[in-house]
Amino acid sequence: MDIILKQGIVYQVRAEITENPAIAESFATVEEFDKFVQERIDQRIKTLGLDNPWYSPQKIGFTMYKILILDFGNATFLTSDSGSSNVGDILLEKIPRTVLLFTTATIIISIIGIFLGALAGSKVGSVIDRITSMFAVVSSSFPVWWIGMLMIFLFAFVYHIFPARATPLILPTEPGYIIALLYHMALPLITIVMIGFGAWAYLVRNFMVGTLQEDFITAKKAIGIDKKKIIYKHALKNAAPPIVTILALSLSGSLGGAIITEAVFDWPGMGRLYFEAISVMDLPIIIGATYVLTVLFLISILVADLLYGYFDPRVKTE
Amino acid sequence: MSSVSSSEIKREFVKSKIGLIGVGILASLIILSMIAVITIPIDTFKQWNNPGSWISYPKTAVPAWVNYFTTEKIPEHLIMDKPTAITKDGIISLASHQFGIQYHYDDFPSDFIYEFNVEYSGSQLLQISVIRPDQSQILLLSRSLPHSDTKIVHHERIFSTDNSIKKNIQIHFSEMEFYNQNISSEDMIFADRDGKVLKGDYIFLVNIYGIDKKVSIIDSKLILGGKAYGMMGTDELRRDLAVGLLWGTPLALFIGISVAIGSVTAGLIYGVYSGFKGKKTDEAMMRFNDVIYALPALPFLIILAVTISNSIFLLVGFLMIFGWVGVAKVSRSMALQIKTRQYVEASQMMGQKNSKIVFKHIIPQLLPYAFASIAISVPAAITTEAGISFLGLGDPTFPTWGQILHDANTYGAAARGLWWWIAPPGIMIAITGLAFVFIGNALDAIVNPKLRK
Repeated sequence: MDIILKQGIVYQVRAEITENPAIAESFATVEEFDKFVQERIDQRIKTLGLDNPWYSPQKIGFTMYKILILDFGNATFLTSDSGSSNVGDILLEKIPRTVLLFTTATIIISIIGIFLGALAGSKVGSVIDRITSMFAVVSSSFPVWWIGMLMIFLFAFVYHIFPARATPLILPTEPGYIIALLYHMALPLITIVMIGFGAWAYLVRNFMVGTLQEDFITAKKAIGIDKKKIIYKHALKNAAPPIVTILALSLSGSLGGAIITEAVFDWPGMGRLYFEAISVMDLPIIIGATYVLTVLFLISILVADLLYGYFDPRVKTE
Repeated sequence: MSSVSSSEIKREFVKSKIGLIGVGILASLIILSMIAVITIPIDTFKQWNNPGSWISYPKTAVPAWVNYFTTEKIPEHLIMDKPTAITKDGIISLASHQFGIQYHYDDFPSDFIYEFNVEYSGSQLLQISVIRPDQSQILLLSRSLPHSDTKIVHHERIFSTDNSIKKNIQIHFSEMEFYNQNISSEDMIFADRDGKVLKGDYIFLVNIYGIDKKVSIIDSKLILGGKAYGMMGTDELRRDLAVGLLWGTPLALFIGISVAIGSVTAGLIYGVYSGFKGKKTDEAMMRFNDVIYALPALPFLIILAVTISNSIFLLVGFLMIFGWVGVAKVSRSMALQIKTRQYVEASQMMGQKNSKIVFKHIIPQLLPYAFASIAISVPAAITTEAGISFLGLGDPTFPTWGQILHDANTYGAAARGLWWWIAPPGIMIAITGLAFVFIGNALDAIVNPKLRK
């Protein structure tokens, strides 16, 4: 990082001098001229604090302060669609798009997964249970992006149902924008949901099987409480803590988007941004995106822990 | 958890249908990779990214077996390199190669190329003619090879677009009073009077005449360009996809199995040692574990591939770094339970070394779990590698399935309907993953009795 900045300064100083030939003419010898150039470079490096090693407290403090106020500086290569190269602007532009696709998908996946898992878990060994487990196993070994390619091939080019590119062509200000956006979103959304819910259902099923074997469920059955009520009210609530943890983690994880899936569907969200930033080594963006995602990850762990206490009072300490 | 003996596992495993299917798929994959290693020399495979070595193959040809399902037969790409050779000595010596073709497709070939290597001296005359199913013979080319006083080896490619071929065809068909300027030479050769394809047996004759001097044809090849080729078809860069798919199998197995074994072994030892030592060591080791756990794996792998190197062996190493964390956590908690058993305490009392207790008394108890997690973590390694290759960060010296898909994506295979380029690599990835998931699930069900019932 420092090296890149230093090189940039050297380049800037050289450019300034070549633009202004009067400076070069005012020196008698080449040595004097070189000395002058070097002095200007050193001066700038010093004012920017680049002469200190990276571990100097002043520099670390400054960097920390900048990160705290969410100032990640300017991106080296990439810009947002509106042309701004401020990392904050770029992130603010990409995050809503990723939320729109991946968070929606995660919510749909978890709803389908929880109900299917509860259903399968309550009837262990039934047809539904077997199909769910089988589907979970099979879908987990297919790469999502490959299914995406197949879906594009099938539904965009063989049968012209959905568009292949995932970004709408019309401008956000036009009236039909939302419908166009949903229409373009359909294919990636279907793909992600299709591959994702099997694993969820399988997880929920396993928790449910564990909970349904416990004594209080047997007691409730003996009393004669409605079976549906037992499953959805009592058993599901007791299986909730681990499910909530996973839900919180996958929701915050969904904000990062899926690098490869976004590449296949040409979805301009966080995953694409990450990949583009890495492939041109745009450090400010990589640092900024990683920082934001890590903070969100930590927040969601905190939220999950608090919810855990609400669902399972046993973990609360006096 | 640990009370399952190995013979019991074997007995239970044989009973599990899914596990047996998994083993079956795995066995066929291993056979497939052995076939690949034996039949396709590694040199061919190393030429994968060298366009020069694929020049005689067709561009984006469908697999040849498609013809069995369609009524319109797509012309197959034929590479004939085993002609019938006739040689005559005398005042005028003759070396002749004959290529017989049974042409029964519904479309014209896209072109033909004759490629040959001859050794001769003096002046030689090369004549190419074709005998059509209606017994008419067309002289295509009559040309002398470059004169040489000493013995030389001459290599040449003659294309169907050659001007003298066009002229000869014009002469021939003008005599029969149908000739169309706009039809290419190969279409004229294979057409009947109505301009449809004339099906039947064609014979391409290549004669080289010499006076007093002998000539020997070292090798000669007639390529009849078509739109269908081989088992798996070819891609935009004329590469035979069957080669890539076959060689991808051993590579995927290597990546998957080595990553799984490496990371599970590391995680097992790390976790067991941490759990066995306990106290501060345990705390420190588990916090380090948490740090690795919180790292986002895929972005990190991409950064490493971009900055350090995209060698496949390094990638295997990087995948191991991110793979051991989960195993370490679980095996630590298992070690915590086993540690309290009396025989462990007894051997501790007897003053046995810590390393010996870990390796002789605790780890053997965890082996069934370890095998199950090896099988379960193979598919993740394979799909991650495929994903990284798909982004174009794979090792170009070892083309994997992911890289075939990457090429397919860059050349817009989905948009152009080249299904034989997209579907097979993904299916292979999925099948390989499934085999290990099946085995893993079957083992898991035996090792974790909680999941039974």
